[in-house]
Amino acid sequence: MNTLTRENRDADRAQVDQFIAPPASVIEAGEGYTLELEMPGVTKDGLDISVENNELTVVGQRSLPTVQGTLIHHESRSNNFRRTFELDPSIDADKISAKIEQGLVTLTLPKAEHVKPRKISVS
Amino acid sequence: MNLIRYQAPELASNRWSTLRDELDSFFELPFWSSFPRAGQLFTGWSPALDLYQNTDNIVAVVELPGMRKEDIEISLHDGTLTIGGEQKREGRGNDKAERTERYVGTFRRSITLPTRVDASKVNAAYRDGILTVTLPKAEEVRPKQIQVS
Repeated sequence: MNTLTRENRDADRAQVDQFIAPPASVIEAGEGYTLELEMPGVTKDGLDISVENNELTVVGQRSLPTVQGTLIHHESRSNNFRRTFELDPSIDADKISAKIEQGLVTLTLPKAEHVKPRKISVS
Repeated sequence: MNLIRYQAPELASNRWSTLRDELDSFFELPFWSSFPRAGQLFTGWSPALDLYQNTDNIVAVVELPGMRKEDIEISLHDGTLTIGGEQKREGRGNDKAERTERYVGTFRRSITLPTRVDASKVNAAYRDGILTVTLPKAEEVRPKQIQVS
């Protein structure tokens, strides 16, 4: 398996319709992974990240700006965001951290100590 | 005695996910990774835009997640509002992209405004990844109350 975060698309199929799956990027660096999710309109308070049974779920409740007036051109979707990933066994779930800046959620998923590359010195 | 590799019986559903992974990994080959995102290769990125109208203003609301204020460009020309900028990619040289759905690169989005606006009084705010541009209507197109004397 070479993807850290395998997506669980089939989980909770019934709930999928109510949510938008936000675009995500996964970057692997030596010591872990970075997962980015685009959730415009979500604040820190509206963000809910959980790990259960090795499954990472990110839910973003949106608080969109209310504008006075008539909507004359409409492209956005006001649904909340939700996406689930399966964590690679190399990830230390206790050390996952997250931040949100301008609607971009960045999760840092460090690899567990025992899977990090290490040099063994010959004595 | 021979050692034979043990092969686990595969379930049908596993096959599908294997196929999907293979397709995914095809698009993750180094050749494709030189493009921002294979699917957006020809389309670019067109952020969702809503337009509102009230008595005094035209208001444009655009979803631009994860940008820096300085990287957003707003211009007004001939009754057309243009929003552009660049989604920059953070990261170091050795990092390996496992999945790239976020758009990276420049983008431009234009919309014709329904009425004339006062270009000198345009105001923009960027918060939680949402850009709100307020364009006051030009004096001559605003509704006027006429007093009966």
